[in-house]
This record gives sequence, C-alpha cells and structure tokens, in this order.
Amino acid sequence: MPLRAPVQTVTFGQKGLHLLWLHVPSKRLCPLEPSFLRYHLNINSTPSAGTLSPSPLPPFTACQVSGVVFFPLRFDPSIPYTYLTSSQIFPSALWMPCVHSCLRSYLATPFHFLSVGDHAPQSAVPADTAAAPEAGPVLRPLYMDVQATTPLDPRVLDAMLPYLINYYGNPHSRTHAYGWESEAAMERARQQVASLIGADPREIIFTSGATESNNIAIKGVARFYRLRKKHLITTQTEHKCVLDSCRSLEAEGFQVTYLPVQKSGIIDLKELEAAIQPDTSLVSVMTVNNEIGVKQPIAEIGRICSSRKVYFHTDAAQAVGKIPLDVNDMKIDLMSISGHKIYGPKGVGAIYIRRRPRVRVEALQSGGGQERGMRSGTVPTPLVVGLGAACEVAQQEMEYDHKRISKLSERLIQNIMKSLPDVVMNGDPEHHYPGCINLSFAYVEGESLLMALKDVALSSGSACTSASLEPSYVLRAIGTDEDLAHSSIRFGIGRFTTEEEVDYTVEKCIQHVKRLREMSPLWEMVQDGIDLKSIKWTQH
Amino acid sequence: MAASSRAQVLDLYRAMLRESKRFSAYNYRTYAVRRIRDAFRENKNVKDPVEIQTLVNKAKRDLGIIRRQCPLSSGIKSHAQGLQQRQHAVGPGCAVWKGCGMEEPSPKIMGHLNL
Repeated sequence: MPLRAPVQTVTFGQKGLHLLWLHVPSKRLCPLEPSFLRYHLNINSTPSAGTLSPSPLPPFTACQVSGVVFFPLRFDPSIPYTYLTSSQIFPSALWMPCVHSCLRSYLATPFHFLSVGDHAPQSAVPADTAAAPEAGPVLRPLYMDVQATTPLDPRVLDAMLPYLINYYGNPHSRTHAYGWESEAAMERARQQVASLIGADPREIIFTSGATESNNIAIKGVARFYRLRKKHLITTQTEHKCVLDSCRSLEAEGFQVTYLPVQKSGIIDLKELEAAIQPDTSLVSVMTVNNEIGVKQPIAEIGRICSSRKVYFHTDAAQAVGKIPLDVNDMKIDLMSISGHKIYGPKGVGAIYIRRRPRVRVEALQSGGGQERGMRSGTVPTPLVVGLGAACEVAQQEMEYDHKRISKLSERLIQNIMKSLPDVVMNGDPEHHYPGCINLSFAYVEGESLLMALKDVALSSGSACTSASLEPSYVLRAIGTDEDLAHSSIRFGIGRFTTEEEVDYTVEKCIQHVKRLREMSPLWEMVQDGIDLKSIKWTQH
Repeated sequence: MAASSRAQVLDLYRAMLRESKRFSAYNYRTYAVRRIRDAFRENKNVKDPVEIQTLVNKAKRDLGIIRRQCPLSSGIKSHAQGLQQRQHAVGPGCAVWKGCGMEEPSPKIMGHLNL
C-alpha cells in the first residue's frame, strides 16, 4: 500500500533531544521487545528530573544501524518519551546517510523493511525474532527450468530499451514521426521473425503469446470452415491451451479426435492417416513437447496433411529458434511462436498463417482491424521488437547453442545414470530435443526430491499444471506407470546454463536420491529381492 | 578505411572480455566470456578482409551492447545465485524482519537503494 510517511523531528526534554520517527500502518509491523530498542538507543526507562516517565512502550520496530524508529499510527505522540538519539550512539556521519536512504526508499516505495548495513544483531535480540543470523546473504537457486521460461538475452533487452524510453509512439498512428518510427520497428521485427521460420513477413501476426496464437489457430480455423468441416485432430500430449480450445469447440458441436501417442511419445503416422476424415479441417501437433522434449515428425505430418488437403497447425513454442524450422519444407500452414521461450520478453508471441494457399481464420478479438484484422489491438512495440531481436539472435546462435546444449545434456544424463540405478528417461531418446530432459527416479517421490533440491530451480511437469496433485497427463499418455509418473523431474538446459551448474545439479540429485531411497521401505524391499508388483497391499 | 590489423582485433577481444567480466549476473557473465572466446577462436582463420571487417563491426556493436547492459544488470541488485563468486546481494540483515515470518525483500524494492 502506498505509504504517506510524515517525518517529524520532535524535541523532548531539557536537553533538546531529537527523535526522528516515521508513522507506518501498524498491521505491517512486527512487534519487538522494547528491550532491544532500549539497548540500542539507550532509552531511559526510569524517569529523570524534568521529564515525564514513559508509559509502556507501544509495539514498534527499529532498524538496527540507522537508529530510525518506526512507530505505529496508534502511537500517541503527545506522550513524551525520554530517548537518547542514535547520533549519540553512532557518529552522525554514519547515521544521517542511513536515515536519508531509509527515508528516500520509505517514501518512494510501498511499505517494506530495509536492512541497512551488515550489523549482526546484538545478543539483546530476543530469541523469538530470529535464529542465529546467516553467515552470508541468501543465495537464489540455480535456474534449470528453461521450459517454463527463459531469461532475457542482454542483446534483446538492448534492442527493446529505446522503445521503452524514447520511442514510445503507437505504431498505428499514421500522422506523426512517433508512429512512423514505431511502425518501422514493428515491421523490422516482423521480418526478423519471418526469416527465422522461412516465411513471408505478411504471414506473421503478433499476439500476446503462444496461448493466444493457439486459440486463434484452432478456434479461428474451425469456426471459419464450420459449415462444411466439423472435425479436428490433435494429440493427447498437447499443451493445455490446445486441449482446452478443442474442448470448448466440442461444446460448440465439433468432433475432436485425440490421437494417442506411442511409448516413445511420438504419434503413429498410420493412425493419423486413418483418423483424417473428409470433413477434417485441422490437424494440430506440437513440434517439441514441453514436458518430455520429444520431437514429432513434423515434415511427414505436413506431407500427409497437404496431400489430404487438411490444414496443419503446429505449436512450435519450444522449438522455434532451437531446431531449424522451415514452414515451406515442412508444409506447415499455421505455427505458434512464444517470445519468452526463446530468450525474449514475456507477454508477446506470434502466429504464422500461410497466405499461399490462403488459410482463412475467423478473428477472435474484435477491434480496430490491426494485424490484418486477425488480431485487433495496439501492437506493443517494445515487446515485438524484443521478439524480433530474440528471433534474430536465435538464428545466429542456433548451431552453437544446439551443440553446447547437446553436450551438457549428454553429460547430465550419463552422470546421473551411471551413479544411480533405476532411472528412466521419459520420451524417445533419438527424436528428442536435448535441452529438455525428463527423468523418473524409481522409489523416490518427485515432490520430495524437488523440495530437497531447493537450491536448484526445477519442475516436475509443465508449469501450468503444477498446481494440481495429479501426475502429468503427458506422462500418463506415454504409458508411464503411476508410481514412476509421480517421481519424474524435468531438467532444462538453455543458452546460459554452465557446466558447473549441470555438475552441481547432478551431484545434488544423486546425493538426495540416494538419501531418499535409504528412507524408502519400497527400496528396502526391492533390495531384498521382492517383486513389488506381486505384493498384495491390504485395504484398511 | 584500412582493414583491421591483428593488433586492433586483439585489442577488441581484450576490451570485450574486460567489459563482460563486469556483468553481475552469473549466467550473463559466464555466457558472454565463453561466447566471445569461442567466436574469436572460431573465426581466427578468416582471411578475406571484407569478411574480417564485417566481423569486427559486429564485434564493436556487441561491445557497445555489453557496455550499455553491464551497469543495468549490476544496478538492479538482486540476491546472488548459488555459484556466484562475487556476492552482490543486499542480504536481509535485519533480524527483526526474519523473525516475523514476512517475505524477504524483493529485488525490485531493494534495487533502487544503490547500496
């Protein structure tokens, strides 16, 4: 909440002591024993001549070094307290800058505490406020979850900054230079995205992300051709937004076939051919799966679809910029692109919609007709410039990154597999994007392993399904056993991952899996040679 | 403009490595140093002067990017990640705060303190 903090300097008593205080909303304060404040500020609790005795001190907190005291609003300033100011404890040269910085930040930001300086609290700090303070500052975990999102590449941020600072015009303003320069930047970004996938810039529409692109592709195509074509085909391992769009179309009267996948995670092309009916309008298969990293045979699917005159959509959010894609070679009609999976900004994406032969799409979002009428709304220039820069960087770095990520991925898998028995890699090892590794550790619970690996940022499935308690539907679709599905962890390796991070992750993973297995009764039974499948568990 | 000499290219290489080491984020720093080293190594046998000039121009542009981005990355203070040798963290030294179970300061709040 915004803080209105009046700063008052009050003179007390005969000696003209000064106390600086800031009034804060009381519920944010943490009550602290007055003894702490007395110790630090040398407060007299006994009345001395000429001053009134203080009433019991109200709850307050103090910032150790600065000596500024924060009082709750309930505090009645008319009650005089005898305090020595901290300028008599600390030299004022040290105190005043601290106070100034406290004030500056205090007035500028929503309420928050500040820690100024590295003073360890004295022994007067009561036991309930803290355990012994940590030896050093808190470290953030290593980031090994690149399938969820990626950090911004500095080159991308550098390209975006001018459009966030000075060149802030609306690209659809036709009458002045602000609009013209924004539009030029937007078109340049469009060209950069198009050249990454081998498309024409007129075929790229900017959206708010891959989810919106998937919605436009599936709902837009299905609804446009709804009079004659009522059938769609997708797979069981698609992203939630694709499956949910299909489900909402089913409610509108469409039929959807959800193709099963083989144990390797790849669809059976013969099943796909058999599923295509005369009234099929769209086939949607994702290029690289975000949970198990499996690469579908996109070129073959494209060939099948174009020979049967069915539109082919692919969700390439995890694949663009990482593996070479060409929409003409692979006969792709619609493709979804996500900005924040390729080291670009969050909140932007694109959809590729083929013009020759033209794919007609019914617009989901009505408005001023921007983006060829397919996605109305002001195009966010800084974000699309970031997306364009990310695509250009990805095109230049694709080979180098792929080689490096493959090497690191090999290293991770080999080191884990040779030190730990009973580890299964989910997904086809051959048709696999190396940067996404999904391993199942038998006899270990996935959540507890994730908690144990608290200094590495990992996930056990896709971020959008991590809130539910069920194991991931993708793992269920590839036929993993229930217990193995619960113990799967996804390791993500990206452009910025270092060898040391991989080695550290491997070491910690091995250590914790061994520890958790020691505690597991199932592991004991397996070591004794008991076949777990033969056990009859009693019902209570 | 005369083609870049070997000395100029080496100067550029040294300048880029020097600037890259000033990134405060571990991942950016290690990536920049590694990428610069690998890129210069990969192109060390290029003989065509036009191509050399193109590569040098690109390197100069990238040096400008690093120069602009380093202070930005270090100005926004954040808790250090594990494995970072230089700790730029503004630690939650206020014991008062730790006891009451409130969240740690977000880097956004702490960042503009310039401590």
